[in-house]
Amino acid sequence: MLDRLGELKNEALAKVNDASTVKDLKDVRVSYLGKKGPITEVLRGMGQLSEEERPKVGQKANEVREEITTKLEEKEQHLEAVALEEKLQAESIDVTLPGRPVPRGNRHPLSSVIETVEDVFSGMGFSVAEGPEVETDYYNFEALNLPKEHPARDMQDTFFLTKELLLRTQTSPVQVRTMQNNEAKEPIKIVCPGKVYRRDEDDATHSHQFMQIEGLVVDRNIRMSDLKGVLETFVKSYFGPDRNIRLRPSFFPFTEPSAEVDISCAMCGGDGCRTCKHTGWIEVLGAGIVHPNVLEMGGYDPNEFSGFAFGMGVERLAMLKYGIDDIRHFYTNDVRFLNQFDRA
Amino acid sequence: MLVSYEWLKQYVDIEDLSAEEVAEKLTRSGVEVDFIHDMNKGVTGVVVGHILTCEQHPDADKLSLCTVDIGEEETVQIVCGANNVAEGQYVPVAKVGAVLPGNFKIKKSKLRGETSHGMICSLKELGFEAKVTPKEFADGIYVFPSVIEPGSDAIEYMRLYDKVMELDLTPNRADCLSMLGVAYEMAAILGRDVNLIDESVVRGEEQASDYVSVNVKDDATDACPYYGATMIQNVKIAPSPTWLQTYLMASGVRPVNNVVDVTNFVLIEYGQPLHAFDFNRFGSNEVLVRKAGEGETIVTLDGETRTLSTDHLVITNGQQPVALAGVMGGADSEVQDDTTSILLEAAYFDAPTVRRASRDLGIRSDSSVRFEKGVDPKRVPAAADRAARLIAELAGGTVLQGPVAYDELNVEPKPLDISLQAINRSLGTDLDEDTVEAIFKNLQFAFKGDENGWTVYIPTRRQDIMIEADIIEEVARLYGYDQIPTTLPDVSSTTGGLSVAQSVKRAAKQYLETVGVAEAVTYSLTSPAVDDTFDTVAKGENEARAQVAMPMSEDRSTLRTTVLPHLLEAVRYNRNRQLHNVALYEMSSVFTGESASPSKQPTETRSLAGVFTGLWHENSWQREKKPVDFFVVKGIFEGMIQEMGLTERVTYTAGRHKGMHPGRTATVYLDGENIGYIGQVHPQVEKEWGLKQVYAFECNLSLLIDAASNSEPVRYIPIPRYPAIQRDVALVVDENTTALELKEAIYARSSNLLKDVSLFDVYEGENLAEGKKSLAFSLVYRDPEKTLTDDEVKQEHEQIIAGLETDLGATLRTE
Repeated sequence: MLDRLGELKNEALAKVNDASTVKDLKDVRVSYLGKKGPITEVLRGMGQLSEEERPKVGQKANEVREEITTKLEEKEQHLEAVALEEKLQAESIDVTLPGRPVPRGNRHPLSSVIETVEDVFSGMGFSVAEGPEVETDYYNFEALNLPKEHPARDMQDTFFLTKELLLRTQTSPVQVRTMQNNEAKEPIKIVCPGKVYRRDEDDATHSHQFMQIEGLVVDRNIRMSDLKGVLETFVKSYFGPDRNIRLRPSFFPFTEPSAEVDISCAMCGGDGCRTCKHTGWIEVLGAGIVHPNVLEMGGYDPNEFSGFAFGMGVERLAMLKYGIDDIRHFYTNDVRFLNQFDRA
Repeated sequence: MLVSYEWLKQYVDIEDLSAEEVAEKLTRSGVEVDFIHDMNKGVTGVVVGHILTCEQHPDADKLSLCTVDIGEEETVQIVCGANNVAEGQYVPVAKVGAVLPGNFKIKKSKLRGETSHGMICSLKELGFEAKVTPKEFADGIYVFPSVIEPGSDAIEYMRLYDKVMELDLTPNRADCLSMLGVAYEMAAILGRDVNLIDESVVRGEEQASDYVSVNVKDDATDACPYYGATMIQNVKIAPSPTWLQTYLMASGVRPVNNVVDVTNFVLIEYGQPLHAFDFNRFGSNEVLVRKAGEGETIVTLDGETRTLSTDHLVITNGQQPVALAGVMGGADSEVQDDTTSILLEAAYFDAPTVRRASRDLGIRSDSSVRFEKGVDPKRVPAAADRAARLIAELAGGTVLQGPVAYDELNVEPKPLDISLQAINRSLGTDLDEDTVEAIFKNLQFAFKGDENGWTVYIPTRRQDIMIEADIIEEVARLYGYDQIPTTLPDVSSTTGGLSVAQSVKRAAKQYLETVGVAEAVTYSLTSPAVDDTFDTVAKGENEARAQVAMPMSEDRSTLRTTVLPHLLEAVRYNRNRQLHNVALYEMSSVFTGESASPSKQPTETRSLAGVFTGLWHENSWQREKKPVDFFVVKGIFEGMIQEMGLTERVTYTAGRHKGMHPGRTATVYLDGENIGYIGQVHPQVEKEWGLKQVYAFECNLSLLIDAASNSEPVRYIPIPRYPAIQRDVALVVDENTTALELKEAIYARSSNLLKDVSLFDVYEGENLAEGKKSLAFSLVYRDPEKTLTDDEVKQEHEQIIAGLETDLGATLRTE
C-alpha cells in the first residue's frame, strides 16, 4: 500500500504540474483528495493491515495528502497571478496620450520683472512705495529740481492735463512724496515701480506708456560707494553673478553726482558684439547722489542727511532678459506672446 | 555737437590718441560720444587738377572737354558734364584708378567719342552731404578758391582723413558746445594744457564809436547785459579758403562766404554766437536793443516774416528790428557779395529770453541752442576779437578801434567752498589733498586752500557748477567712477518687504494665473467713445473723465475710467489672428473726477478686469469641449474672493450695467456696497466689436484689497467630533425666485443644527408647471455636542420645508 500511495502522489503531482487553469486544479483536488478519491480509498482499506503497518501507512497517506495540497495551492496562486496579469494587460492604455489639460495663465513679463526687482530689493531691506500716475507739475518737476524754465525739461515731452496736472513722466515723484510723508524723518529705503507716460510716437523702441522702477535710500552718511554696492548686488542677483557694472558720469537734475550705469554684455561677456554695439557694455539704468535741493524739498536737511537714487526702465530690463526686440509686444497682448512667459 | 578730431588737435595735444581713443575718454568722463563719422567715405586717388583749357564737346551740348594738369608729365583730357567747369580752375580730380564712395572705380572711358582720363569731382561725389555743401557748388564740381600745386593730394588738402565725433551732451554741459570747451575737457582728462588762441587784432586809427552808438533800453538790460559792436571796413566778400570750408562742413555747417563763415567758425570754436550786419544796409548809426512791440514784425534771414510779442528781444537800428536777438538775423541787413562794411555783433543774451523766442517762433538755430543753455560771458568780447582778426585776414578789411559796447556783464569766477571731508564723505573714498588739488589743476580751476578746505574759483565757462555737490561730481568723474570703492549702506535697520495690501494683490494675481487667466497690460489713454462702453467701478459721484490738454490723437485723448474696453481690444486683436480662446486679466488704475480745479488730481482707483471667450477647456482626443460661460467666470471670481478671505462679505445679485447683457450680469457687492459686475458682454457691443460670446468682469480692486488687508486672520476651528447627516430636498418655486433667495430662506428657517446648504440641481421644463422651476439642495445637519438622531433631523428638516412654503410658496418636488 505504501507503494500505491507513492504512485498516487506522483500521478497527482504530475497532473498539478500539467494543470493550466484553476478549473484543472479543482479537478485534481476532487479526484485525488475528495471523499471518493484513491487516497481516501487507501485509507479505508487500512483495516486489513497489521498493527505495525497501520500507523506507517496512515502517516504516509497524510504526508502525500499534505504534499499534494501544498503543491495545489502553490499552483493555484501562480495561475491566479497569471490570470490577473492577463486581465490587467487587457486593460492597458496608451500612456503617451496627452494628459487632460488644466487651464493655465501666466504673469505678464513686465510684472515678472517688477516683482523680481521688488524681491531682490526686499531682500536688502527695501519696501515698495507707490504713487499716483496723474501728478502735479510740482512733484513731477519742481520738487525734483526742475523749475519751470529748466532746459532739462526739454528731455521729456509731457502729457499735460492742465497747466498744473500731467501724466507723470517718471516714477521719481514718489521719492519726494515718500520723503514728505515720512514725518519722523526716519531712514528711507524704497523701490517704486509704476507706469509713466511721454509724448512719443509708438515704434519698436518707443512707447507713449511704459514702466519704470525707481529706488531711493536716505539716511545719515549715505555715500556714492554705497550706491555702487547696492547696484552691483542687484545686477549680480538679477542678471547673474558673472555680470559687472560700470558707472559713467552723466546728468540728471535730481542727482549730483549722476551716473549712467552699464552692465557687461551677456551675449559676448564684454568682448564686444552687435547687442552691445561692440562696446562690451549695455546701459541699463541711471543713478546718483540725491541733489540737496531734492532732499530739502522732501523735508530732509541736506547737511544732516544724504541719499542715493536710481531708476531703470522695466521694458528695457525685460527686453534684455528675454531677448525681445519690439517694445510694442508688451502692450498688444497677443496670447502667443504672453504664453511664452509660463515659467518661473 | 559735431567735433572734428583734426580741428580739436589745434587746441590740445592729442597726437598720441586716435579719434576712437579720444571718444572713449570723453564718454567715460561724462561727455558721451554717440558716433564717430569718418569724413573719408572710401575715397582714394583724388588730386588737385588745374584746368588749362575747357572747350565744348564736339558731339554733346552738355559736356565739356578739359585739358587738365594733374601734376604729371603730360596733361590729361577729361570730359566733364558740370555746367560750372571753366578754364583756369583748380579742381579735385579723380584719376584713372581712383575710388569714390560706394566703391565707384574710375576707369579710362570714352564719352561720345572722346576719351576721358579721370573725373572732375563734385563735393557730393567726394562724400560730402548735400546739406553742408556751398550753394554755388550744389549742382556742379567743387572749385578750390586758391592756387594749389597741381597733383597735390586733394584728400590731404580737403582733410578727408578727418574723423568727426558726434556728442550726445547732457543739458548741463553747454560748455562742450564749443571746440574750446571740449579741449578743456580733454585737457582735464589728460592733465595737459589748452593752447591759447591768437585773439590779437591790428586796428585802424578810426574809432568805431564815430560810426555807431550802442544802447540797451532799460527794460532789456537783464536780457542783454552785454552788447559789443565791432566795426570792420573795406572788406571784400569772397569764398573762404578750403581749410575753413572743410572745417565748417565737417561740423555740419554750410559755407557761405568769408565773413559769415568766420562768424560760424568762431561760434563753433568759442561757443559764442556772433552776427555780422552789412553796415551800409543797417539803416542808421545806432544800435538799440529793446523788447519787441506787440505785433511788431521782422523778416528773418530765411525769408519768413515773424510776428513778435513783448516777450521777445530785438536788435534795432533805432527804428526797425534788424535781428531777433540770439536767434536769427534780419534779411534786410544780411551780408551780401557787395558788402564792404561790417558791424560785428558779439552779445550776451540771457537764456530764458532766447528760449522763449525760439519756442514761440519755432526757430532753432546754432545760435539759439547755445544762448538757451548759457554762453561763457568771458568769451563774448574775446570771440569778437578772434572773429575780427580772422575777417581782416581772410576778407582784407580794417578793424576800427573798439568795440563800442554796452557792458554790465559779470565775468568774475564764482567762489565755492569745499572740504576734503565733504568730498570723501559723499563719495565713500579716501582721497588725499594732493589728489584733489591735482584734479582742480587739470580742470584749470583756480583755488586756494587752508585748514578748513578750499575755495575754488569756478571759471565762467563752467556755468553748470553751482554748488558743493557739483564740485564733488567733477572730482569723482576725473578721479574715475571706477575707482570709487564698493560698499553697502549702513542704514539703521529697515525691515522692508511687501505691505499686506501688496501681498494680497500678488496673491490674487497668482490665483488668477493658476486657474488659467493670463495677465495683460494695456494703455491708460483712450478715447471718450471707447471708454463709454462700460460702467466705471470707481466710487464717487463725479465720474467725468480727465482729458489730455493737447492729445496726440483722439484715441489717446482721455484717461480711462474702465479697463475692460482695452481688454476687449486685446480679444479682438487675438481673434483677428485666429486665436479664439482668450482669458485675460489686468490690474490697472482708472481715473475719475474731472479736475474741479486745475491742480486737483483725479481719483485713481485700482481696477481689476477680466475677459473670457472661446473654449475654457478643451481636450480634443477625448472629445471634450467646455465653452466659457457665466458660471466659469463667476467661479473664477469667487475663487479669488475666497483667496482674499472675503467669501462671507461678497454677494451677487442680478444687475444691469452699461455694455453688459441685461439678463446675464451680476452686480458684485462687498459688505453691501456695489463694487463691480460679472457677466456676458452685451450682444450689441459684441457685434460692434466683431466678437462673440465674451464674458467679463470688472471690480474695484482698491476696495477689495482694503477689505482683504483688514480681514480677520485665519483661525483654526476644531474638526467636528460627531458625524453629520445629509438630507436632500428638491423645491419647486416661482421661476423668478433666485437661488440666493432660497438659500437665505433656508438659513432663516433653520436652527443652529444646519451647517451647510449647497445647490446641486436646477431644473425647468417638463413635468413642472408653467412659470415654475425646481432647485435641489443638500442640507447638512450636525450637533457639535452629540450624534444627531434621525428624528431630530427629520423634525428640523420638515420645519424648514414648511417654512419655505410659507415664505416663498415653495413646494416639494414630487415627480
